[in-house]
Amino acid sequence: MNITVTINGTRHTGEVLPDLPLLDFLRGQGCLSVKRGCETSNCGLCTVWLDGAPVLSCGVLAVQADGRAITTLEGLQEEAAQFGAFLADEGGEQCGFCAPGLIMTVLAMARELDDPGEDEIRAYLAGNLCRCSGYQSQLRAIQKYLAWRKEER
Amino acid sequence: MFTAQEYARPATLAEAYALNQRRGNTIIGGGGWLRMGRQRFHTLIDLSGLGLDNIKEEDGRFTLGAMVTLRQMELDRGLAGAFGPLFVDMAKHIVGIQFRNRATLGGSLAARFGFSDVLTCLLALDCEVELAGAGTVPLPRYAQMPYDRDVLARVILHKNGRRAAYESTLITHTDIPVLTCAASALGDSLRVVIGARPGRASALDGLSLADGPERAAQAAREYFSFGSNMRASAQYRRHLAGVLAARAVRRLQEVNP
Repeated sequence: MNITVTINGTRHTGEVLPDLPLLDFLRGQGCLSVKRGCETSNCGLCTVWLDGAPVLSCGVLAVQADGRAITTLEGLQEEAAQFGAFLADEGGEQCGFCAPGLIMTVLAMARELDDPGEDEIRAYLAGNLCRCSGYQSQLRAIQKYLAWRKEER
Repeated sequence: MFTAQEYARPATLAEAYALNQRRGNTIIGGGGWLRMGRQRFHTLIDLSGLGLDNIKEEDGRFTLGAMVTLRQMELDRGLAGAFGPLFVDMAKHIVGIQFRNRATLGGSLAARFGFSDVLTCLLALDCEVELAGAGTVPLPRYAQMPYDRDVLARVILHKNGRRAAYESTLITHTDIPVLTCAASALGDSLRVVIGARPGRASALDGLSLADGPERAAQAAREYFSFGSNMRASAQYRRHLAGVLAARAVRRLQEVNP
């Protein structure tokens, strides 16, 4: 099947098999921030935005994305670096493997929720697993990033 | 991961129904659960071109398209206005927001998984499903029907004053539930639904809200059958059914003692 998608603002057209996961299509297009994790739609590692909403690219077929806009970490470099600095300051980035998915979800949350409390943050991030941090350092980084973002606005 | 040879996005419900009659074809929904299997399909049928992705409120009822996502149900202001936090409580443990942005109402109901939070929750309300072939069927009947090749198009949810509360127990957050429970009341008439028994959810009607949570707990333990699997024993599920039924009834009483 021939599909046309917009990836980080640029149109891409490609021939795909009907059962090709979006994850593999995106990596084939050079978006290597999109990591393969559990492949059972559980870990959040492969999170991308589909028309602005965070989704698991291992659970979406490339054909289902036809005609739609996809955002990966490559398209959010500046914001990712800003939040990444807070992660580093709080010790929230350890092995770093979960970071791309976590950052994609945090940046989606920052757009969707206005001034979320701790419970809302935990609920929004429930689908992003981390084996290293115990989540406390990530939570501190998110809270400080959101507070900084609010001041900047 | 499944494999498929073809992909189709039909333009009409009739076309989707016709495609789904062929063995080896399947409706893909959000695709979240389907991908957990290793089946080999001929054609994946995507209903996303049929305008079934919205929630409408009119004439005292909600009509939800089969492609409405669980996240849409969580965030819909009309549903929240009519049923309070019910749909948030139903959905909040289902994997994560990314999964719920894709998982569909139709996929959740049509699969009729025993562990389905969605089936348990909607059985507590007064619902029908619209099927492309069989027409309108009450949800309790649909829940018990054997699988066939019909296409679930919409869910009709009556806004008749029934209130409901949802409870579940999970071993870990975002896991499949050990047990699900919803209690609802229309006036004094109380209904208790138990799912993940681990069989399909079913409902017990004819209880009285005024009899209180302990009577509901006892009824839940006695009425439903329970089984064992890797998540819990039948004995533990029976115990939990009483605990969750009592909690749900207490919440109903708190809202309107």
